[in-house]
Amino acid sequence: MKILVPVKRVVDYNVKVRVKADQTGVETANVKMSMNPFDEIAVEEAVRLKEAGIATEVIAVSCGLLSCQETLRTALAIGADRAILVETDVELQPLAVAKLLAAVFKKESPDLVILGKQAIDDDSNQTGQMLGALLGRPQATFASKVVIEGGAAQVTREVDGGLETIKITLPAIVTTDLRLNEPRYVTLPNIMKAKKKPLENVKPADLGVDVTPRLKTLKVTEPPKRSAGVKVPDVATLVAKLKNEAKVI
Amino acid sequence: MALDQETFALLKESVRRFVQERLVPNEDRVEHEDEVPAEIIAEMKELGLFGLSIPEEYGGIGLSMSEEVEIGFELGQTALAFRSVFGTNVGIGSQGILMDGTEEQRRTYLPKIATGEYIFSFALTEPGAGSDAASLKTSAVLDGDHYVINGTKRFITNAVRAQGFTLMARTDAANKGAGGISAFIVPRDTPGITLGKIDKKMGQRGTKTCDVIFENARVPAANIIGGKPGVGFKTAMKVLDRGRLHISSISTGMSKRLLKEAATYASERKQFGQAIAEFQLIQGMLADMQTELYAAESMVRDGAARYDARDPQMPMLAACCKYFTTEAVGRAADRAVQIHGGAGYINEYKVERFYRDVRLLRLYEGTSQIQQLVIARNLLKNLGN
Repeated sequence: MKILVPVKRVVDYNVKVRVKADQTGVETANVKMSMNPFDEIAVEEAVRLKEAGIATEVIAVSCGLLSCQETLRTALAIGADRAILVETDVELQPLAVAKLLAAVFKKESPDLVILGKQAIDDDSNQTGQMLGALLGRPQATFASKVVIEGGAAQVTREVDGGLETIKITLPAIVTTDLRLNEPRYVTLPNIMKAKKKPLENVKPADLGVDVTPRLKTLKVTEPPKRSAGVKVPDVATLVAKLKNEAKVI
Repeated sequence: MALDQETFALLKESVRRFVQERLVPNEDRVEHEDEVPAEIIAEMKELGLFGLSIPEEYGGIGLSMSEEVEIGFELGQTALAFRSVFGTNVGIGSQGILMDGTEEQRRTYLPKIATGEYIFSFALTEPGAGSDAASLKTSAVLDGDHYVINGTKRFITNAVRAQGFTLMARTDAANKGAGGISAFIVPRDTPGITLGKIDKKMGQRGTKTCDVIFENARVPAANIIGGKPGVGFKTAMKVLDRGRLHISSISTGMSKRLLKEAATYASERKQFGQAIAEFQLIQGMLADMQTELYAAESMVRDGAARYDARDPQMPMLAACCKYFTTEAVGRAADRAVQIHGGAGYINEYKVERFYRDVRLLRLYEGTSQIQQLVIARNLLKNLGN
């Protein structure tokens, strides 16, 4: 069984993100970048499936600038067998990424695609679903457990108010939630081995995909500053405020 | 061989994450239990920390000195006891075998040292031979194809964990100086080796040092490093040269941590209605810490780059680095305690422990005074050139 794992290079989760002065986006120059944490969970899951003898090959794929190679090297160090970079300096939106991934899917014919449910930069939560639709294959989003058996995946999904377990026929798309697994520390010997693993570089044109943006970003702004709290003299005032001002009870 | 930037960035990030997410949260446990937890040691082995300095062809990571000090800057940012577990494998315990060992010795020992399967200690210091290491008395007398070893080694780091020792002993009784000393690889299970009780130390709880006593321990003559008697002291000095840069990077990492602890505390602690960081006398201490930290980082990076470029001035420069960075971290710890006020004297605060921990840095692998001598002798020797 072949698994395809798309990974995105994002601003590191520890970085305090700053909006650019001209409000066109966020600062990424000289900012620490790393693999989207949900994608890291996806790579970990794929590698565990390989270690369990269920998968035979794990292929990591990333779309974007040449620097995404570093993110792919991380995936290779976790345990992916090879990597594909779809290199472009065009700003990629979820639909464009989904189309690129669909093209890679057709080339590689994997049995399973595992990717993060969303990226922590734009929080779109669209790529996995769009990929499923473009390929006409089943999807299971927000997975907290994945069991592969008999050409199908039994996936436990984190839905509002509980867990839902569904069975989907392979090939299929699975997007990961936070509790699916805890990714390992990348070991130094495996980082050294990752240097020697193949990393293929293709362009969107090679895949016949037009990645021109369709959405226009009008403005990016900081969220409003949190205003100071108030102290109430007694419980009665608190209850009154919750009822009349906050309208939560 | 130097790694490409991308790979090294990944490596450094992996170590940074491990230090911050696994080691820092376990500092209290190490302090209270006086032991590095077995599961942490297992994780360190898995991560590859035991093989940092051992070349890839012998199963290690093979960092250049420039890369090793960058990793040292990260490793130094937590309780020094953690580094001590693999420190002898990365440094003094293994480097003699790598630098001067025969190919067979390298192939036999280095791969197991690199994975941490073998922990190796360095046995040079004796009750009567500290800074004057060349006067050591442990004897190795040839008997057939074995040497019979007798003597006591003192303050041997990781002896209780070790599977083997890099041992310095006198093979030529007639030569009382450096030329009579040979370096041996001695497996721990050699009959005739016993350990003294574990030393109670001022700080660095979780590190293990003790005496190692050799009574008619028979070691094959083939275990002399490089197969050549009489050059052991040279090997030891070369090993310490590299070790000095490693210790310098660890000291600098700890200076960074102390500054972080002090600056964070000063920003949170309020007196006279404001954070004490607002007061200029506190700011003066923080500025001194930052300046010395920057000086130390710059110096260690330069020293490591020159080591990689085989700069002939290396023994002097390595001594300069060790002298400056270990004294600087001593001053940083003192200021960090001062900024904490009374709280800095309480064991619950990290700076109290670090203050005790860093005291050792100015003593081991050559005291500050030995570094001064190395520096002065070398500069005077080169005066005419």
